[in-house]
Amino acid sequence: MFDTALTFSDLMFMLRGAALTLAITAVSVAAGTILGITFGVIRHQVGPWFAAPLTFVLDVLRSVPLLIQLILANAFQSIAGLGWSPFVVSCVVLSLYTSAYCSEIVRGGIQAVPMVTRRAARSLGMTWGQDMSHIVFPMALRVALPSWIGLTLGVMKDSALVLWIGLIELLRASQILITRLQEPLFILIIAGAIYFLISFPIARLGDRLEKQWRENDPS
Amino acid sequence: MFDYTFHWHQALRAWPRLLEGALVTLEVAVLSMIIGITIAIVLAVARTSNVAIFRAAAISWIELARNTPALFQIYMVHFGLGAFGLHLSPYLSLLVGIAFNNAGYLAETFRGALRAIPPTQTRAARSLGMGPVQAFVLIILPQMFRIAFLPASNQMVWAILMTSLGIIVGMNTDLAGVTQDLNVRTFRTFEFFALAAVFYYAIAKSVGIGARLIAWRLFRY
Repeated sequence: MFDTALTFSDLMFMLRGAALTLAITAVSVAAGTILGITFGVIRHQVGPWFAAPLTFVLDVLRSVPLLIQLILANAFQSIAGLGWSPFVVSCVVLSLYTSAYCSEIVRGGIQAVPMVTRRAARSLGMTWGQDMSHIVFPMALRVALPSWIGLTLGVMKDSALVLWIGLIELLRASQILITRLQEPLFILIIAGAIYFLISFPIARLGDRLEKQWRENDPS
Repeated sequence: MFDYTFHWHQALRAWPRLLEGALVTLEVAVLSMIIGITIAIVLAVARTSNVAIFRAAAISWIELARNTPALFQIYMVHFGLGAFGLHLSPYLSLLVGIAFNNAGYLAETFRGALRAIPPTQTRAARSLGMGPVQAFVLIILPQMFRIAFLPASNQMVWAILMTSLGIIVGMNTDLAGVTQDLNVRTFRTFEFFALAAVFYYAIAKSVGIGARLIAWRLFRY
């Protein structure tokens, strides 16, 4: 009854695409988180007026569609003659994109730590660095981690857009197979299932962490 | 480095076409939001329904919309529905895809908002003689919209950004589509897309600020 021309090596082709999706996500989220924490701490530390230029740039990154950013960055790297591969361009754009959202999450996390707690830490003789790493970080992490997991999954899903600048990630791999086999529905269902299997368990984990931690909150 | 001459005048001269594109972008986003909100209300109610089939259908819709890329959903509408003999135009594929996505995300927002409304509100409305539908539409829905207004306006900004995915399925009338159209004619990729980025930024910002103003005006009391 059900008949398909999809072979095992075609499936492997799709899985290689999925591996590229995961690789781009991992690099971008790692770099974006480091940048995002840096930007978030800077924005919190210098106050809204001095941070205005940085806030504006990060705001642009969040208000311009990712696809347009990718096209612009790709065009720019040819103009500037940087000779970057599409993979590098994708990772750079996605990292900056991630950092823009991450800095908001980090700022929210830092602001959730009561000022009196930090003053208490400083009056006990802790330096700014000790206060940040021993007091603020553990408390802010609880607030920020669920949103950060959401952000990671968002970047994983948004990384599908890199197909436009020529990377063969999961969705592009499926498209190539569709062009060859002419079975769009079946192949797309497989692609969707792969995305779903990556995303759903992690999303559930995030939900559970959020619920567990809220129960332990005193309020 | 920079062995390239920028031709900004060419891009700047094309602004009326980009503005037309921006209107189409807004149109798609607004329509997708209206459809999305309508479906999301149904989903949010079905999510907490006592009938298992409704609940399962709502959960599958919400989880599918939230756990797969928006681009995948647009592909599914554009290429996947072809298997059932449904061949939609890029405009419709984009609209249906974004509406599907919006509905999934908004349903979760609305569910949270519904949970925040005390159940005594429904009971009070019912004991005043209202029917279940009346009580939901007149008492619960207005309160739900009030709680969910700002998250929903964020979703509207997301919808505007998502319309740019239309170019991947061959849409050529929205802001990104018009830009791509001009781009393939002139090969001034950077100039045209930079201008489009300015347009997107302006639209997204004005929607965000507009929503804040409306919220401030509506929810003063």
